[in-house]
Amino acid sequence: MNDDAFVIDVAGVNKSFNGKRVVRDLDMQVRRGEIYGFLGPNGSGKTTSIRMLCGLLTPDSGRGTCLGYDIIRETAEIKRRVGYMTQRFSLYEDLSIQENLDFMARMYGMPNRRQVVTDALQRLGLTDRRRQLAGTLSGGWKQRMALAACMLHAPQLLLLDEPTAGVDPKARRDFWSEIYTLAATGISVLVSTHYMDEAERCHRLAYIADGRLLARGTPQQVLEAAGLTTWSVEGEGLQQLAAQLRDLPGVEQVVPFGATLHVSGTDAALLAQSIAPYQASADYRWSAARPGLEDVFIQLMEHAQDNGA
Amino acid sequence: MSLRGFSWSRFIAMVVKEFIQMRRDRLTFAMMVGIPLIQLTLFGFAINSDPKHLPTAVVTADHSVFARSFVAGLAHSGYFEIVQDLETESEARRMLDTGEVQFVVTVPVDFGRKLLRGERPVLLVEADATDPSATSNAITALVTLGQTVLNRDLTGTLVALQPRQPPYELRIHRNYNPEGLTHYNIVPGLMGVILTMTMIMMTGLAITRERERGTMENLLATPVRPLEVTIGKIVPYILVGYIQVSLILLAAWAIFEVPMQGVALLLLCVLAFVAANLSVGIMFSTLAKNQMQAMQMTFFFFLPSILLSGFMFPFRGMPQWAQAIGEILPLTHFLRLVRGILLKGNGVAEALPHLWPIALFMLVVMCVGLKRYRKTLD
Ligand SMILES: Nc1ncnc2c1ncn2[C@@H]1O[C@H](COP(=O)(O)OP(=O)(O)O)[C@@H](O)[C@H]1O
Ligand SMILES: [Mg+2]
Repeated sequence: MNDDAFVIDVAGVNKSFNGKRVVRDLDMQVRRGEIYGFLGPNGSGKTTSIRMLCGLLTPDSGRGTCLGYDIIRETAEIKRRVGYMTQRFSLYEDLSIQENLDFMARMYGMPNRRQVVTDALQRLGLTDRRRQLAGTLSGGWKQRMALAACMLHAPQLLLLDEPTAGVDPKARRDFWSEIYTLAATGISVLVSTHYMDEAERCHRLAYIADGRLLARGTPQQVLEAAGLTTWSVEGEGLQQLAAQLRDLPGVEQVVPFGATLHVSGTDAALLAQSIAPYQASADYRWSAARPGLEDVFIQLMEHAQDNGA
Repeated sequence: MSLRGFSWSRFIAMVVKEFIQMRRDRLTFAMMVGIPLIQLTLFGFAINSDPKHLPTAVVTADHSVFARSFVAGLAHSGYFEIVQDLETESEARRMLDTGEVQFVVTVPVDFGRKLLRGERPVLLVEADATDPSATSNAITALVTLGQTVLNRDLTGTLVALQPRQPPYELRIHRNYNPEGLTHYNIVPGLMGVILTMTMIMMTGLAITRERERGTMENLLATPVRPLEVTIGKIVPYILVGYIQVSLILLAAWAIFEVPMQGVALLLLCVLAFVAANLSVGIMFSTLAKNQMQAMQMTFFFFLPSILLSGFMFPFRGMPQWAQAIGEILPLTHFLRLVRGILLKGNGVAEALPHLWPIALFMLVVMCVGLKRYRKTLD
């Protein structure tokens, strides 16, 4: 296997369910050692894409490799080397933590099973609760245990499907620091999420909506490619203002952000022209804002919907 | 499907996991012990193997002393309760059909006179033998009755007519059921029925449960192979099968006093039979979309097994097509094995012809199951 190669390199991958195209012409390249964010709203095809990468679903068309192995013909090799953490908890709730880890260690034929499991329990901090049934764990602990379980066989690539969904902010932060630690050891991570703030934590990312990849690159590149200009407004009666702004030419997004309003558009000149009368008003204080990834993604999604409709 | 790449480690992972889950699942435990107990009680105890006072109609066209003695002898035996003394045969037949009586005894015209002439008149006994265990002992009593009942009347010059052979010919028609099973058949046969039901039901849920709980996704993401999953799920239930067999054999021996021979050979045959049924369960669970469907399939298989295997109805009494289906079913062969070994003392040589059809059945079903097992979530 070529060391410089991408750990994931797929092109033109399609998947339909019952005639509905769920993933369209997916192109994706993930480099070794990077944390690759896979973003998109619910039902956009993230899980389906990840399942195709690790051989759980067969693509209708397209080709590609995962860790250098063909995603259609060499799924057995891929499964042995990839750690896949499913979106829905899919370990056995009626088995204890230790029994689950033991099961997974045996599944991957770990020669030093006991040691591996003991170490994993220690790292998790669950040594004392190892006999507790997995079904009785809280959401955050289940996620951590699932991560530990898919890490037992020291995979070179982790596929994490919404690992932080429904987890409290503290646990989310811990989870991400763990992912950073892993990436630092050379493990590549593909992580899907629909939390926009997590996008910024990734080295590179791809944004998918309705089965189509709409943007990809480093967070910086994605921001720049969108070419979005954003203004921030403060003042009284922002609700009425939002309603008025929405219909103006050049205004593509009006999103409330706490006590402010974010007004964005791709045509900076047209946007400036439209908001000029309101900038003159003493009721509002306008300032140029740095558009966030969230603004960009909402923009991309609405564009996609307009084009699709 | 190939044996190459079979991993003991993954296989053991499956077996250990299944054992733990089985131990923690109360329903499985209840089924393991509850079903044999309930079935044994229902089939074993509810069947009175030596019923007496069976309703009997007598059609007497002869009023000789001999005819009266015979009828009195019937009543005296305790097995027959004369409920009707009829004149016409058609009325008697109707009562037999409707089940109002279990026996119709017809004493023909001139019975007495022919008897005296030594012509051995025919005494017709018609039995409703749909439930053979209900009639067989009564019929036996009837035969012995013939040896003695008329001895009192055949005195003096008539002593010459006293039987070696009874002075009349007793003709017995076992209607509806020519074979006439004995009650010993029931309890050993029950073993096969119980195993069929519980084994298929338990494994039938095995893979659908993984799918419904979402654990299938994790399982499929590991390098595990179909053969490792299926055999890994079968092995723990073989033990369950043996626990059930022990329970039933114990009950058969201690409570129902079924003769016991060749238990070692029987336990070997149980292995084949249990494995065959477990394969059926696994196959069903690869076909079924959910647990409900798996249950339905179980019953779809269970019914013909009970009806066409010779458990409910004597095998040779069934029409040709039904026998053909029956020959395929593992239960048919297992019943022959159990009855042959326990009751007749059959050995390995007699058992083999019934062992290989079970093995063949298992092989075919296993292959179908493995072929249907999907390695992806598609
Ligand atoms: N096995 C399946 N059968 C039919 N439709 C499916 C299946 N899996 C996913 N879908 C559909 O495909 C779309 C994308 O689903 P998914 O990949 O789970 O999205 P995401 O993970 O981004 O939320 C959804 O509309 C979902 O209903
Ligand atoms: Mg998903």
